[in-house]
Amino acid sequence: MTINLSTTTLIDKIAQDLGFTEISNLTDSILIKNKELISIATFLKNTPKFDFQMLVSITAVDYIEYFEIVYHLLSIQHNQRAILKLRCYDRESPSVPSVVTIWPGAELQEREIWDLMGIQFTQHPNMKRILLWEDFKGHPLRKDYLR
Amino acid sequence: MEKNTLHSQTLHLDQKEGAYVNELKSSRTLPINAPFLEVPEGLDGNVVVSSINTIIDWARKASLWPLSFGLACCAFEMMASAMGRFDLARFGGEVFRASPRQADLMIVAGTVTWKMAPAIEKIYKQMPEPKWVISMGVCATSGGPYYESYSVVPGIDKIIPVDVYVPGCPPRPDALLYGIMQLHEKIMKYSPRPL
Repeated sequence: MTINLSTTTLIDKIAQDLGFTEISNLTDSILIKNKELISIATFLKNTPKFDFQMLVSITAVDYIEYFEIVYHLLSIQHNQRAILKLRCYDRESPSVPSVVTIWPGAELQEREIWDLMGIQFTQHPNMKRILLWEDFKGHPLRKDYLR
Repeated sequence: MEKNTLHSQTLHLDQKEGAYVNELKSSRTLPINAPFLEVPEGLDGNVVVSSINTIIDWARKASLWPLSFGLACCAFEMMASAMGRFDLARFGGEVFRASPRQADLMIVAGTVTWKMAPAIEKIYKQMPEPKWVISMGVCATSGGPYYESYSVVPGIDKIIPVDVYVPGCPPRPDALLYGIMQLHEKIMKYSPRPL
């Protein structure tokens, strides 16, 4: 069975190799800073010890005070998983870096999050609606969405 | 967005589609009634429906060619009704067509979203007269579990005229067959408007 990689191992290794120390441990996942996402994601994908070649899913949760973006990573080589989380406190125009350059499969999922939750992904090659039509007003999966 | 990519070249198509969907969503609030035989004013009581119509109607109802138009889970029940166990061929309606130009019955089987609405309207217009529509399942009839959703049409009669509504979620093949038999009666009773 696929095992979850220990979060303490992950945090220690990132702090040791990249020097990022402000990473919170949420026991099943790690909470990272938005601006550190690209370097951490590249590190996790390209380091042979981790080898997270596959981004299983990206999703977003609306906690009203903030949006949380969740990345599920899978290493087929080592048969282990890891979960990254970001928080976005801006409700008016939330934006996080896009990981399309690292995992191309993120493209459609990031467009879906933009469509339904209204979170912009900077550097995304094609940031437009995917399920709803153009000129649709609002983002329907937000907690404060009213028709 | 980057210039000269395929995405940026097709954006105006998306915006055109979105504008039409918005127009449909705001303007189509009342159901469209199915067409009946219209007698011009002054001719009431002077028109004789001849027996040739009976024969034509009988031929039409006994050889309905449905359009395979499955949108959701209702499509499986529609397929099942065409298979050997229920056998739509007993009622002369087993020739499911992939092209609207060869079909005269549209079975709308499943949830219709507002983004799908322009397509369903266009397909209906592509079908040759005379044509009939069966709304299969509660989603197509009223929106069903998605009633008042931001993206689902509250009944396809806002988009196209519907002859027979089949309730159920999804309706069993027997229910669809009963709906088709009701449509047969309707075809026999009301000749479609001559064009």
